[in-house]
Amino acid sequence: MGMTMTQKILAAHAGLDKVVPGQLIEADLDLVLGNDITTPVAINEFNKTGLDRVFDKSKVAIVPDHFTPNKDIKAAEQCKKVREFACRMEIENYFEVGEMGIEHCLIPEKGLAVPGDLIIGADSHTCTYGALGAFATGVGSTDMAAGMATGKCWFKVPSAIKFVLKGKPQGWVSGKDIILHIIGMIGVDGALYKSMEFMGDGLKNLTMDDRFTMANMAIEAGAKNGIFMVDERTIEYVKEHSTRPYKVYEPDEDAVYDQVYEIDISKIRPTVAFPHLPDNTRTIDEVGDIPIDQVVIGSCTNGRIEDLRVAAKILRGRKVKKGVRVLVFPGTQEIYLQALREGLVEDIVRAGAVFSTPTCGPCLGGHMGILAKGERAVSTTNRNFVGRMGHTESEVYLASPAVAAASAITGRITDPDKL
Amino acid sequence: MKARGRVFKYQDNVDTDVIIPARYLNTSDPGELAKHCMEDIDKDFVKNVRPGDLIVAGKNFGCGSSREHAPLAIKASGVSCVIASTFARIFFRNSINIGLPIIECDEAVKGIEAGDEVEVDFDAGIIKNITKGTTFSTQPFPVFMQRIIRAEGLINYIKG
Repeated sequence: MGMTMTQKILAAHAGLDKVVPGQLIEADLDLVLGNDITTPVAINEFNKTGLDRVFDKSKVAIVPDHFTPNKDIKAAEQCKKVREFACRMEIENYFEVGEMGIEHCLIPEKGLAVPGDLIIGADSHTCTYGALGAFATGVGSTDMAAGMATGKCWFKVPSAIKFVLKGKPQGWVSGKDIILHIIGMIGVDGALYKSMEFMGDGLKNLTMDDRFTMANMAIEAGAKNGIFMVDERTIEYVKEHSTRPYKVYEPDEDAVYDQVYEIDISKIRPTVAFPHLPDNTRTIDEVGDIPIDQVVIGSCTNGRIEDLRVAAKILRGRKVKKGVRVLVFPGTQEIYLQALREGLVEDIVRAGAVFSTPTCGPCLGGHMGILAKGERAVSTTNRNFVGRMGHTESEVYLASPAVAAASAITGRITDPDKL
Repeated sequence: MKARGRVFKYQDNVDTDVIIPARYLNTSDPGELAKHCMEDIDKDFVKNVRPGDLIVAGKNFGCGSSREHAPLAIKASGVSCVIASTFARIFFRNSINIGLPIIECDEAVKGIEAGDEVEVDFDAGIIKNITKGTTFSTQPFPVFMQRIIRAEGLINYIKG
């Protein structure tokens, strides 16, 4: 019985020739990640060990991105605790406001994730780096603490679902629509405890930004990780961003998958997830008349340069509907600068949207765009749970940057082709 | 090791955002977090929960964010055990790592209602619905998980 991509990476990091689903292993970590919400809890646990150093100060990354710039005094205290810890431990990859970004946009950009890596992060969207052919998974703060202490983590080897993609996305369809379509198809626990492995001819028609968006939302199907087969485009991205050695893993020909889905991505329509679960999806043609109060474009799911290009293209020369608040969040400072150079920021601001510093703020109802009772938002983020973006009686509709930008113009959820 | 108490019952896909909303994540103090546990799904939970009580829920309990604050809030609110049809994987890891006992048992979930008095014997893998006089068997925890829970978490266990 052959191994999947994920199983091969896990085996290599556990020093084993072979692993099978269900096997418990202890594996070496290439990177341990945390943010300003999860790291304070990890520090409490780490301090209980009595250690005065982390296992490898080049293999820990800490990115205060959730409640930064500090939203209130308590958040400021948490950030201070994280900053002092990073300083004391001489963490090489600590990114302060000014050089930071939303962690899952920043880590690949900084070249800290490459194909074949094994990465844990105390943030559920750590699975984003699977776009690069790495095994990356979200854990909690205690696992982060143990990882910082020992450089190791235990795993139960997952089985996997294979997604064979063919065709080319049409019109405004992007990685966001494809992953929402898939989550709608298999459900929010459709890949529980499993890997989602993406391959097939259609990959060549997906940009790296499409793939980051798709791997990012593997967790919304309950998956342990999402991972893409590495191709020329991946290698090009890695060479541009990193000097670290990398290793490409492909599934064995006789790798065993629990399920195999063949998906013609040329048939997928722009897709929207209705409240209050990401699997509650409809195509744009089935949406009906949904007036909105707020539009959020950004986040670790859709805060990359292509996302901003699409948003700016639609907003350019148009005006945001009176009464609608439109908030745009670039993923990193580099993306911010790129958007400036390309004139995207001007297009977005002239249309009547605000352009923010990178932060996770509104996605999780932290700050910078909280919803009042009864308000509705179209958002390019990843979750639409009850109360996710504010009041428990507010609503979040998940969509692509194209649908979000089109909706900003009309004030209701809108097909960008119908503008 | 045993747990005993009254049951708070919830549906499928209870996410970590309703277990502990992000607006309260500007602290990591378990006692503070417990004051808002389950607030967005059950406003009366904090008022009514007593030490030893249990949470029983459907599938995919704890889905969404990796916030360890979710099991921390549940544990600090006095809950002795969570029984669900299935758990989201990060929540599962986090619960074991902080020493909150959790059990996957779909039959028990179907046979337990809100307010029932339930007793769990973790070492034997037995769930008793005292109110209804029914019993369900489940996998006992492996020895290393029993030890982590007794040590009140992974770090204490590693140190010990």
